[in-house]
Amino acid sequence: MAVRLPGRVRRRNVAVAPALGVSVTALYLGIVVLLPLAALIAKSAESDFLTAITAPQARAALIFTVVASLTVSVINTVTGLLVAWVLVRDDFPGKGVVNAIIDLPFALPTIVAGLTLLALYGPSSPLGINVAFTRIAVVLALVFVTLPFVVRAVQPVLESLDGESEEAAASLGAGPLTIFVRIILPALRPALLAGAGLAFGRSLGEFGSVVLISGNLPYKTEVASVHIFGLIENGDPAAAAAVSVVLLIASFLLVLALRLLATRGTGGGS
Amino acid sequence: MTIHRPAAIPRSLTRRAAVGAGVLAIAAITACGSGSGSAGGSGDVKLALTAYSTPAEAYKELIPAFQETPAGKGVRFTESYGASGAQSRAVIAGLPTDIVALSLAPDVDKLVKPGLVASDWTEDQYKGFVTDSVVVLVVRKGNPKGIKTWDDLLKPGVQVVTPNPFTSGGAKWNVLGAYGAQLKQGKTEAQAADYLRSLFKNVVSQDKSAREALQTFAAGKGDVLLSYENEAITAQEKDQDVDYVIPDQTILIQNPIAVTTTSKHPEQAEGFVDFLRTEPAQKIFAKHGYRPVLRSALDPTAYPTPPGLFTIDDVGGWDAVNKEIFATDGLLGEIEESLGVTTG
Amino acid sequence: MTDLGLAPDIADPPAGRSRSAAPVTGIGTSRRVRYLLRTLALAWVAALLVLPVGFTLYRTFSDGFGPVVDALTDDWAISALRITVIAVAISVPLNTVFGIVCALLIVRGRLPGRSFLSALLDLPFAVSPVVLGLALFVLYGRTGWLGPWLSEHGIQVIFSLPGIVLATVFVSLPYVVNELVPVLDEVGTDQEEAASTLGARAWQTFRRITLPSIRWGLAYGVVLTTARALGEFGAVSIVSGNIGGQTQTLPLYVQDRFEAFDTTGAYAASTLLALIAIAVLLTMTRLTRHREDR
Repeated sequence: MAVRLPGRVRRRNVAVAPALGVSVTALYLGIVVLLPLAALIAKSAESDFLTAITAPQARAALIFTVVASLTVSVINTVTGLLVAWVLVRDDFPGKGVVNAIIDLPFALPTIVAGLTLLALYGPSSPLGINVAFTRIAVVLALVFVTLPFVVRAVQPVLESLDGESEEAAASLGAGPLTIFVRIILPALRPALLAGAGLAFGRSLGEFGSVVLISGNLPYKTEVASVHIFGLIENGDPAAAAAVSVVLLIASFLLVLALRLLATRGTGGGS
Repeated sequence: MTIHRPAAIPRSLTRRAAVGAGVLAIAAITACGSGSGSAGGSGDVKLALTAYSTPAEAYKELIPAFQETPAGKGVRFTESYGASGAQSRAVIAGLPTDIVALSLAPDVDKLVKPGLVASDWTEDQYKGFVTDSVVVLVVRKGNPKGIKTWDDLLKPGVQVVTPNPFTSGGAKWNVLGAYGAQLKQGKTEAQAADYLRSLFKNVVSQDKSAREALQTFAAGKGDVLLSYENEAITAQEKDQDVDYVIPDQTILIQNPIAVTTTSKHPEQAEGFVDFLRTEPAQKIFAKHGYRPVLRSALDPTAYPTPPGLFTIDDVGGWDAVNKEIFATDGLLGEIEESLGVTTG
Repeated sequence: MTDLGLAPDIADPPAGRSRSAAPVTGIGTSRRVRYLLRTLALAWVAALLVLPVGFTLYRTFSDGFGPVVDALTDDWAISALRITVIAVAISVPLNTVFGIVCALLIVRGRLPGRSFLSALLDLPFAVSPVVLGLALFVLYGRTGWLGPWLSEHGIQVIFSLPGIVLATVFVSLPYVVNELVPVLDEVGTDQEEAASTLGARAWQTFRRITLPSIRWGLAYGVVLTTARALGEFGAVSIVSGNIGGQTQTLPLYVQDRFEAFDTTGAYAASTLLALIAIAVLLTMTRLTRHREDR
């Protein structure tokens, strides 16, 4: 049971900490996060910004990246929901193992992810499936690395549904599909959007898994991050910075949108 | 009011975690310390070699060979391999190195202005070069499409793989090989430029470096790869199913080497470079597919001289071609951009 | 359920709902539908996750243990492992300490700029690794903002370990903070206030009361941080110079071997990384159970 302490005593022990904490946090974040990004933005100003970002190859890379990322988000929304559903609502031997595996793409280095996909779905595939150097390869790699996002976002929400509304609807004669579409989906919508948004954001910037299997063909399978990498190696860091800023703004806006969505979804305060 | 005393187990776990983190940190620092020093104790010289992407296998044999010589005793090496242009830029950006071994002379010349390489680096009997090679056409085993000449590359449906000329030294050699071959056949400069335009319409991949282009080709993309003779030989050694054709007209690739002015051990670095031009070293290069610069180590049956062999000077020298062909507002810049518009 | 160190409000279930104890297996879905869904889901997971990783493991050991051991005892492989471990061993404690301080600040401090701070912490999720590498390059390179000053003082950041550490710290920054914020929120300040009335100093309170109460969330956050740090590739590609034996991390080594047509070496190193990843997974699973029983 809490006791109301005299304000003077409480403040004494806590007063020093915030000041120190603020300075440490500010210094750490400043050095690690803000300074490099500031240097990047300054560098982008050195370039002919509009020319750099509207250059044909840059434009192609950016558009392809956005389209691929959207595709991946959609795919993951459907499959992620499916997997989460089965993990929560179904029971079978080995479910725990499957549940643990879902996090594998997160724990695996991206270059290893690319290599494993290349082994199975590339030129020396034992299954005879070779998608290397195609746009499908890019989508495949992105789906792999973003697989956990929707699943993990939906699972807790699905678990917390107590089934009352569903049973009520069933007793009123609604079929399973109706119940799913009208009761369950709306409840899951914030989580689905959040997971899909995270998948989208991650796909926008993904590099390691795509680099091996896509062939990085300009105008065909080159994603924005690879293009930026090429510009750096081309000795044009200013143009690379310009394209990077575009990508940064896009991803940052996305994360902001996700935050707003989340606070709205939980009803206000955070 | 009772105070909830933390249970014994959680506290020990936290303590264990803290100790674990501390141990890791200490291990890291000691490992760091021991790692940067050499196993042989103080007094060992460490040389950093920065090279282009393809001679890695050769240097893996050359370095131990050097270490057996009196000049190389106790000398340890670190190596970094990557696209020639990118490596050059890395050195300018501060990559510490004692020796640069790159794909083409301009990539070393770029280091002269920032003072990283002496301006007289070409003034020795080998003009600063350590190995030679030629541009070849790498094809699938058995050459199913019957590609033998530069003109065969223009045939409709033939897919050509070559690295990106803006990052890769190898790509520049390829382009100059193609361009110069036209001149050697008696065509005019305008016709040679048209040839390049047509050639690039058939190009399906432009990787960052010569080695990555070989990777792409070996993985199944394209019908023909423009590459160095030594790359083709390496690929065959690694059991890749490729053959190669030396076209009648082709350019002599000359790979430069230089010691940096920032080297802390110039004597040993120079010793290494000198060693690389001795007969045993040149024979090792030859074994890995490079043409020796040392006449006596060159075996004409293994490395026949093409009838229409020409050099960079025959196409105008690096300054001229860099300005007219490889500049972003030069011929290639125009070609790449038009490609972008039509295939975008 | 395991979450990915995401910002708390996104990953946590909505407050106020009760959790069902057992899985609700039906809303009247027929057995056939259930089997269908199960098959589809498992097939998807198999095709995407299990088969590729399983096949890689198989390919690695298809010629026996010998070549794998040879590949992993190669000089450069050992160096790559060492460099990776060092980078992680420096980054993770740094981010852990920062994470605790920052989380305490967010939850307990009365900061005006809390949403700005949260936004900053989201940045590592939004920034592509290549963009990060470029930013570090532009800041610490010889011709960068700090370049001349660093050269004058003989400090090498880019193409050396400090650059790798900076990149690794950035990408694995938010995980501990994001794990701790909801935990601290839930635990509340009662015990700490009680301790301070009894005369405990700030550090004592922290060590004996705060730390034990956040132990599982902290451990989980540390595991996530470690996983992310181990796997970093894109930024380190640009910033390290890929100097074999000196700045080539294990993921870079995988790419290096692959490009040298040394598939055995590439697969061996990949398998090592994959096994570490699986160990991380198991730890995550184990810790999740503890977190939920809290």
